[in-house]
Amino acid sequence: MTSTQLFNWTTVGYFISSILFVIFLVSKNRNIALGATILAWIGLAANTAAIAMRWVESSNMGYGHAPLSNLYESVVFFAWCIVLVYLLIDLKYKAPAVGAFVVPGAFLWMIWAQFRLNSSIEPLVPALQSNWLTYHVITCFLGYGAFAVACGVSIMYLIKGDKPEGKGILSLFPSTKVLDDINYKSVMVGFPLLTLGIITGAAWANYAWGTYWSWDPKETWSLIIWFIYAAFLHARFTRGWVGKKAAWLSIWGFAATVFCYLGVNLLLSGLHSYGG
Amino acid sequence: MEKEKSPGEKIWNFFCSLKLTIFTLILLAATSIIGTVIQQDKPAETYIQRYGESAYLFMDSLQFFDMYHSWWFFGLLTLFTINLTACTINRYPITMKAIRNRITTPEASHFKTLSDKAELATDQSVAAVTERIKSAISQGFNEPKVTEIDGKTYLYAEKGAWSRSGVYITHISIIIIFLGAIIGNVFGFKGYVNIVEGQSISEVWNRSTKAPEQLGFSLQCDDFSVTYYENSSRPKEFRSLITLIDDGKVIKKERPVIVNDPLSYNGITFYQSSYGPAGDPTLSMKVTNNATGKTEEMHIHQGQDVKVEGGAFQVLAYTPTYENFGPAIRMSYTPEGGEQKTFIVMQDYAEFDKRRGGEYSFSLLGYDELQYTGLQVNKDPGVWVVWTGCMLMMLGCYIAFLCSHRKLWAMIEPQGGKTKVHFGGSAHRNKPAFTLFFDELEENIRKEIGC
Ligand code: HEM
Repeated sequence: MTSTQLFNWTTVGYFISSILFVIFLVSKNRNIALGATILAWIGLAANTAAIAMRWVESSNMGYGHAPLSNLYESVVFFAWCIVLVYLLIDLKYKAPAVGAFVVPGAFLWMIWAQFRLNSSIEPLVPALQSNWLTYHVITCFLGYGAFAVACGVSIMYLIKGDKPEGKGILSLFPSTKVLDDINYKSVMVGFPLLTLGIITGAAWANYAWGTYWSWDPKETWSLIIWFIYAAFLHARFTRGWVGKKAAWLSIWGFAATVFCYLGVNLLLSGLHSYGG
Repeated sequence: MEKEKSPGEKIWNFFCSLKLTIFTLILLAATSIIGTVIQQDKPAETYIQRYGESAYLFMDSLQFFDMYHSWWFFGLLTLFTINLTACTINRYPITMKAIRNRITTPEASHFKTLSDKAELATDQSVAAVTERIKSAISQGFNEPKVTEIDGKTYLYAEKGAWSRSGVYITHISIIIIFLGAIIGNVFGFKGYVNIVEGQSISEVWNRSTKAPEQLGFSLQCDDFSVTYYENSSRPKEFRSLITLIDDGKVIKKERPVIVNDPLSYNGITFYQSSYGPAGDPTLSMKVTNNATGKTEEMHIHQGQDVKVEGGAFQVLAYTPTYENFGPAIRMSYTPEGGEQKTFIVMQDYAEFDKRRGGEYSFSLLGYDELQYTGLQVNKDPGVWVVWTGCMLMMLGCYIAFLCSHRKLWAMIEPQGGKTKVHFGGSAHRNKPAFTLFFDELEENIRKEIGC
């Protein structure tokens, strides 16, 4: 099977899983939640195989670089990270309602990559010919995946509001205490990964250009994310900053993450090219 | 009566506050955006054109065009550092107290305050139970401390007191990184140099002072080349061959310097960063007179009017990659008194031009252009301090997030012919994981003492 076919199957898997998660919320049928979770695992397996296959294909073409070198490859890897972090958290917390707020996100990334992005395998320009690229991208994106999950549970937290247990669909949500805990745990996983991502990026920049930090927009935005999540972690120790405020910080943090990932390239570079 | 706080204390408390930390972090995040939206370090005309004169003057007065080096951004970073230092100094004694003040003989009420606790009763003797519990507690805990008072036996064990250092390591690492950055700024420099093939240099341009910087050795560029991926205009490699000579001795001979593989010597590092033409290129052409079959090799320049029998030709343009067909030229031939014709000649398809017909056919043999290589030059003695800080930060995060200071207590007393055990524990972080650990331990102890 080619990587393209496998990526299509991944998208289908995440799609059905998302639908089942939503049906679960409406029907409250636990078996449907189980099916949704299993499909998410199958999707993840296909996603993994697809990335591996793409690596093999690039080797066969004589390039042989890790498939993390352009927007398409990073988006499908991002989807992989999101689902991986979600499923690991699900193993621990067994809260399938969270899946309805996370897996559709992964599906949207996949569908965007499949329909809108250029998926051809291209050789690396000299600036990207470095193993640092692999370490840097993997650490950053695993961190982003954790932040995506944190954002999903934060949205659930805000929907649930002041009612710790809730009625109707809300009763399927984990309690606000658990949501808050998952939020915190995800950021606790994501923050060191982002830190490592920034450090490997700096190390690479230093190795390739002789400056570990040059305040370029991408670097600065990753620092902005880092500041926001550092504020989030410290908010824990400050009265009045838990619960809703923490959830909002987490959502803003993920918004900044998405902007750092896409906005900087699409919008800021646009501004720059416009300015000459 | 509550004591009135002195102004000194008030200021100290202000700098120790975590609210200030959150405020500073969010303010740093928000203001950092400015420099990503406004291009930094451009000439004034660019900004005036974009924003207008009065907006330019206002923004310039706030140093928005070099904001990461502005007084106010520096002020925010200073506030951040003072906050961090004050917090650390302020909390250190509290942490040490938490470590030193061990409760080794807890009251019964102490167990009530713990979220992980158990009360057990068994027929075994106090001494036997004490031994059993002592042996059940393992996995890196200190040898439990046993105390006997008033017929009660107390047991205390702990592990991972050092893990309270995680926060301190993380915070100090930030200050170390700042220190490294300052060292680099004060004692290092960033510069650049262009070296024409075949020439050598012994000084480079410092970017900030805009003055030459003596290297103390010399670099010679033997050759510069660009290679492309097959059938593509995508560059594969930029390569300079550099010979480094110090005090008349050749230290490195024809060392390739490519992107992602710099050359370092005496604390100064050279990075491949740009290249360009250094003078008029020479084109080697083979010119065949189709009527006589006579072939001549010529070395000419672009734009030069070259006379041949019955006409003249001229090379108009050169490209290293013509639609994936490799190097090519656009040229023209004008027969005497005739009309000028323009056509393409490709280096990799030498016979191709024959098909065109006409008085002459041309092929391109080579294109020789003297180039210069542009190297980025960097000296940063602080970089190792920065890396040390980064590693400490990772270590600190690991300890702060994944390790915890765990404590276990037991109080064992005879009661009505039986032995009663109060058992409990706490962890300063990651409490859910501790609960799992505690439940397992409790299970073990129950089995051991038979209840
Ligand atoms: C962006 C920079 C900073 C980073 C990366 C950082 C990192 C950390 C980490 C990882 C923790 C442990 C959090 C946890 O256990 O969940 C922590 C706690 C703490 N930080 Fe920071 N910190 C930063 C800035 C500051 C500043 C400027 C202050 C100054 C007041 C500060 C004061 C504290 C305090 C008081 C704690 C709580 C310690 C405890 O109760 O265990 N931090 N910080």
